[in-house]
Amino acid sequence: MSARLPLVPAEAEQLRFRDPERARALAAGLERVTRAIGRSPGSPVSVMHVCGSHEQAIAKFGLRAVFPRELDVIMGPGCPVCITDLPEVDEAVALARQGVRIATYGDMLRVPGTMQSLADAQAEGARIEVVYSVAQAVDRARASSEELVFFATGFETTAVATAAALVADPPPNFSVLSAHKYIPPVMEIVAEMPQTRIEGFLAAGHAATITGWGIFEEFVERHRLPVVVAGFEPLDILAGLLKLVELIHDERAEVVNAFPRCVTKEGNLRAQELLWRVFRPTGGRWRGIAHVPNGNLRLREEWAERDARQRFAIQVEELWNYAPPALSQECICGDIMAGIAAPADCRLFGRECVPDSPVGACMVSSEGTCKIWHQYGGHPDLRVSPEPKGVGA
Amino acid sequence: MSVAVIEGREERITLRMGAGGRSMRTLIQEVFIGNAAHAAHAASAASAALPATGVGLDAMDDGAALPLGDQFLVLTTDSHVIHPLFFPGGDIGRLAVAGTVNDLAMMGATEVLGLTCGVIVEEGFRRADLERIQRSMEGTCREAGTAIVTGDTKVMGKGELDGLVLNTAGAGLTDRVVRDSGLRPGDRLIVTGTMGDHGFAVLAARHGLDLEGDLASDVAPINGLVRAVLAAAGWGIAAMKDPTRGGLASALHEMAAKSGVGILLEEPRVPVTSAVRAASEMLGIDPLHVANEGKAVLGVRPEAVDRVLAALHAHPQGRAAAVVGVCNDDTRGRVVLDTGVGRRLLAEPEGELLPRIC
Repeated sequence: MSARLPLVPAEAEQLRFRDPERARALAAGLERVTRAIGRSPGSPVSVMHVCGSHEQAIAKFGLRAVFPRELDVIMGPGCPVCITDLPEVDEAVALARQGVRIATYGDMLRVPGTMQSLADAQAEGARIEVVYSVAQAVDRARASSEELVFFATGFETTAVATAAALVADPPPNFSVLSAHKYIPPVMEIVAEMPQTRIEGFLAAGHAATITGWGIFEEFVERHRLPVVVAGFEPLDILAGLLKLVELIHDERAEVVNAFPRCVTKEGNLRAQELLWRVFRPTGGRWRGIAHVPNGNLRLREEWAERDARQRFAIQVEELWNYAPPALSQECICGDIMAGIAAPADCRLFGRECVPDSPVGACMVSSEGTCKIWHQYGGHPDLRVSPEPKGVGA
Repeated sequence: MSVAVIEGREERITLRMGAGGRSMRTLIQEVFIGNAAHAAHAASAASAALPATGVGLDAMDDGAALPLGDQFLVLTTDSHVIHPLFFPGGDIGRLAVAGTVNDLAMMGATEVLGLTCGVIVEEGFRRADLERIQRSMEGTCREAGTAIVTGDTKVMGKGELDGLVLNTAGAGLTDRVVRDSGLRPGDRLIVTGTMGDHGFAVLAARHGLDLEGDLASDVAPINGLVRAVLAAAGWGIAAMKDPTRGGLASALHEMAAKSGVGILLEEPRVPVTSAVRAASEMLGIDPLHVANEGKAVLGVRPEAVDRVLAALHAHPQGRAAAVVGVCNDDTRGRVVLDTGVGRRLLAEPEGELLPRIC
C-alpha cells in the first residue's frame, strides 16, 4: 500500500457523529415518539434495515440498549454474502473443480454450497484467489494468459465496480460469474411476506448514493410504508430511526433522506449508467428469502463473451447428488435473513456454529447477523439486564 | 466442513487455543491443571504443585508465589514467538525481558532478582540479528534493574522452527502478593496508559500497512511504575493484570470471572492514540482486543483512586493513565461496555486477529 492516509481531519469529522450528548437527546426523542404510538413491548413498532453495515454499527455501538422496548429494529436481507444462493456458490465450486482459476472476495470462501464451499474445493487442490477488489482480480488476469473467473458478489454498490472494470477493457482471459444482487426489489418481497409486521424501512445510505433516494418513491406509493435513508455513524442511525418512527406516528408514507451529506434524489447518474450498461435485472432466488423478481444482476447479452456462464460449460449436477450435512438442516439463517427470527433463537448459535466453524452463511460474513452478534458479545440487546452504574456515579 | 466439531470434540491443538482467550484457558485447565492435580493427588504430594498459602498453577495468574520465610518468592516463565522479529518500538528480545519482568510486577514483585533466557535458533539465522536482539535484551534488563543470570542455547534444523524462539523466566521477592482475583463491587479499574499500541504496531508491520501517524509498540518493563503505585496506595491496589494477548477485553473477563464481580467499562474513557484509532477503524479490529506490552490494568479500592492516579501521572510511563471502569455485583462474571452512545456485552477475542477482508 503506497498512499499514506491522512488521519486527523477524518477522525474529527467521524467523532462529531459519535457525540454522546447528541446521542442521548436522539434516544430520548426516539423513546418519546415511540411511546406516543402507544404499543407494548409485546407488540412493538417493527422497522427493518436492509444492510449489514447498519447491523454492524448498531451492534458495535450497543445501540439496541438505548432503543425503546416498544421498538423492534430487525435486520433484513442486508448481507450480500448470506443471500448468495446455494446454486450460485455451486457454480463457482463446480468451475473451480473443473480446473478454472477463481478470484473472489475473502468472505465468499467459506460460504457453504450444496456439497462444498470454495475453501473446501481449495483444500482439494482447486485454485481460488482472494482479492480485495475487482481491480485486483483484473490485475491477476493480466499477469498471465490463463483464464480467470471473478466470482462477483455484492449489492449495487459493488456491482458498479464490476461494471466499471468490464467497461475498462480488461484482458481477454478475464470473465465474470455474477451473483450480484439488487436491493430495491427485495424490500417489496419482505413488505409482502405474511409473517412480517414491518411498518417502515431504514434504507442503506451507501447504496442510495448510487441509486438516489428517489428510487424508493414508487415503493412507498405501492406499500404505503415510510422509508428513511440513513448513514452509518451512531448519530446517523439514531436520527434515521427517530425520523422513521415520527413518520409511523404521523401515518405519513414518505421517503425521507436522513443522509443528505452523501445522498441525492437522483443519485450517481454515471454509476447508474455503468450499472445498466453492463447488467440486466432478472428474477432469482435469494438464499433463505424467496424468488425475488429483478433481484439478481446478470451480464447483458452484449457482454456474453465476458460472462462465465456463457464462456464455460459449468457442470453443477454432480454436486446435487449430495445430501447436505445434518447440522445445516437445523440452521435458521433463512428466517434470520427474512427478519422473522434472531440468532438467539437458533439452537446452533454460539455452540456448534461459531465463526471458526460456521454452519450457515450468516456466521461466515462480516455482514452476517450471526457473525456480528457473536463478535459483539452474543446478545446485543441489554435492555432486559440490570443497569450497572458508571464510573462517575 | 469442520468434522471435528460435528463429532463433538476437537482433538488437535489449533491456533485459537494459543490466542489468549477462553479456548486457551480451557486447554490449560484441561491438559495441565486437571492432569497435574490428578497426579499430585495420586502421589499424595500436593505441596509442590499447589502451595498451601501461596499461588500455584491452578490460579492461572501471571506467575506463582511460593512462601519463603515471611516473604514470597514469585516465579514466572514466558515463551516468545513474534513475526516480524523487529517491529516499530521494539523487538523480540525487548518483548521477552519486559514480558517476564511485568508478569513478576503484576504479582507485586517489582524488584527482580534475575532472569533466565533460553534461546532456540533456526539454522541459517543471521548472526547480526541475534547480536542485535542480545543487545536489546541487555538494554531492557538495565531499564528494569535486573540481569540475565543464566541461559541455554539450542540450534534446530532449517524448517524445524520459524527463526527464533525465546523463553525467559524470572524470580522476585515480595512481602505481599497481588492477585488478579481481588476485585470487589465498587472497585475502580485504572489502565496505566493507552491501549492497543503493541498489537497494531505489529499488525501494521506484518501486513505492510503504511499509516500516517506513528504506530509504535509500547513494549517496556513497568516494574518501576508498579513500584511507585504500590508505594503510594499499598492495600488500595486490589488486583493487577497486564493486558497482553487478548488485550484489555481478555484481562477484564478473566478478572471479572475470578473475582466474581461484574465490570462496566466506559469506552470513551479508555485512552487510545489517534494512530491506533485510525488503524482500528480501517482494519475493523477493536483496540480493546489487541495486545499491550507495557501497560497494566489495576483494580483499585475507591478511597485509593486519587492516590493511585497521582502516582501514575507523576511517572513518565503513567502520564495517560485513566479510570476506565467500575466493578458491580449486578452483572457478575460479565463485562458490559458503555460505548458513550449505547451499551453492549464486551466479547472476548477468539482466534487470530486478521484484518477483515472486505
